[in-house]
Amino acid sequence: MLILHCPYCGRDVDETDLHPGGEAHLKRVGPDADAEAFEQYLFMRENPKGVHFERWRHAYGCGKWFLAARNTATLQVYGTYSAQTTEPPHDIMNAIKEAQA
Amino acid sequence: MKRYSAFAVAREAFRQHTGWTRAWGRAEPKARYDVIVVGAGGHGLATAYYLGKNFGITNVAVIEKGWLGGGNTGRNTTIIRSNYLQDPSAAIYEKSRSLYETMSQDLNYNVMFSPRGVMMLAQTQHEIRGYQRTAHANSLQGVTTEFITPERVKELCPIMNIDGPRYPVLGALWQARGGTARHDAVAWGYARACSDMGMDIIQQCEVTGVQTSDGRVTGVTTTRGDIQCDKLAMVVAGHASVLAQKAGFQLPIESVALQALVSEPIKPCMDVVVMANTVHGYLSQSDKGEMVIGGGTDGYNNYTQRGSFHHIEETVRALVETFPIVGRLKMLRQWGGIVDVTGDRSPILSKTPVDGIFVNCGWGTGGFKAIPGSGWAMAELVAKGHSPLTEEFSMFRFRQGKFIDESVAAGVAH
Repeated sequence: MLILHCPYCGRDVDETDLHPGGEAHLKRVGPDADAEAFEQYLFMRENPKGVHFERWRHAYGCGKWFLAARNTATLQVYGTYSAQTTEPPHDIMNAIKEAQA
Repeated sequence: MKRYSAFAVAREAFRQHTGWTRAWGRAEPKARYDVIVVGAGGHGLATAYYLGKNFGITNVAVIEKGWLGGGNTGRNTTIIRSNYLQDPSAAIYEKSRSLYETMSQDLNYNVMFSPRGVMMLAQTQHEIRGYQRTAHANSLQGVTTEFITPERVKELCPIMNIDGPRYPVLGALWQARGGTARHDAVAWGYARACSDMGMDIIQQCEVTGVQTSDGRVTGVTTTRGDIQCDKLAMVVAGHASVLAQKAGFQLPIESVALQALVSEPIKPCMDVVVMANTVHGYLSQSDKGEMVIGGGTDGYNNYTQRGSFHHIEETVRALVETFPIVGRLKMLRQWGGIVDVTGDRSPILSKTPVDGIFVNCGWGTGGFKAIPGSGWAMAELVAKGHSPLTEEFSMFRFRQGKFIDESVAAGVAH
């Protein structure tokens, strides 16, 4: 079972208490954006075989969204962090570098 | 290729079975092919087969990073049906189902197609309305289905508990000519027929790069050297995004794990396929007697061919309610496959931003039933540049908002 640390509750949470929310750090496009930008925002996904930044909601807990860095080829979790970020923080990037070294 | 027949079995019986030849040849990659198909699963092999059979293109290589039929072709629950809501889906899935009817004769290989009937249970009022609508749509599309009563459901599948308690069976969408087939045999039969036409099936050969020149494909780099080609067909399911990235474009695909499991073999107790979408479980009995069970996908991206245990638990819990008999069974094996899911839960058979590259992916959780139809349509697309069956399944439909929305029609991934 996947276990993620909820950065808001400070608790390790089982997958069954969480709801997955797909790729993180998507930039929402404005109402005047063209069809290609909407396609990119709504449907095109990185879907990497490797490090994936993704959204999770602590659905049966505090109810808050947070973000996780996880490897889709090994299922290793590098860490979780606040959803109030536009890119992965340094400590997460360092953890990924360390794990891949 | 030696034809398989009752006479051949008798002949071999008299000489200690020494006369059987390999079903398909072992091939070394040549320097150049007219068409390279990446992925020797059902869809890839069917594409190659119909390229040869329908269009006479036989200078074809099917390359595979693992072994033939070792991906989702060998991991599915073998259900074949075509009772879809939308016209483009019904067209390609019904083409596929009809090709299954004659596949064993066509390939001279017994794929054990068993049109035992598929029922999709309606267990909520919403589902009754949905499936009645599908039945009406199917009759307009020329797909034979009917909406049947709970009494008829019980008659067709006596081991089912139709009285609830949580979700009583209120009816079902019944497709009498749906059923199952032997999944490995489908891959093996196509491989044998392709090999017989002179095509090369190259296993344990991974594509590591795609070569292009002026926006047109020229070949692929593989773990067994460079191979040139005029046209490239990517038919790799779960790894579609990874391969597309090597060719320099992105797909509206996410890869997730889907699991299945089988019980210990028991005496014949069920001769139909049952799908219960509200509680999310599929059940059928294999010819060996095992109860074959499929469930839902994980919600997160995954390439490991392993899924979360709680999905197995949810699936089995749901089935125990509807099929109390299952509660006493021991489960023998459980496994996962990586399925490629699109935004509208419909597949992609399409040209790509690179000239000469065609992509066939996005079959998600229901690709096995589509193998022959998908190969038929894909071959036409590769050979002629267009096909009536693939027209609506372009990868660019998401930009145009022209979805083929089966996720809403089925209520679940399918």
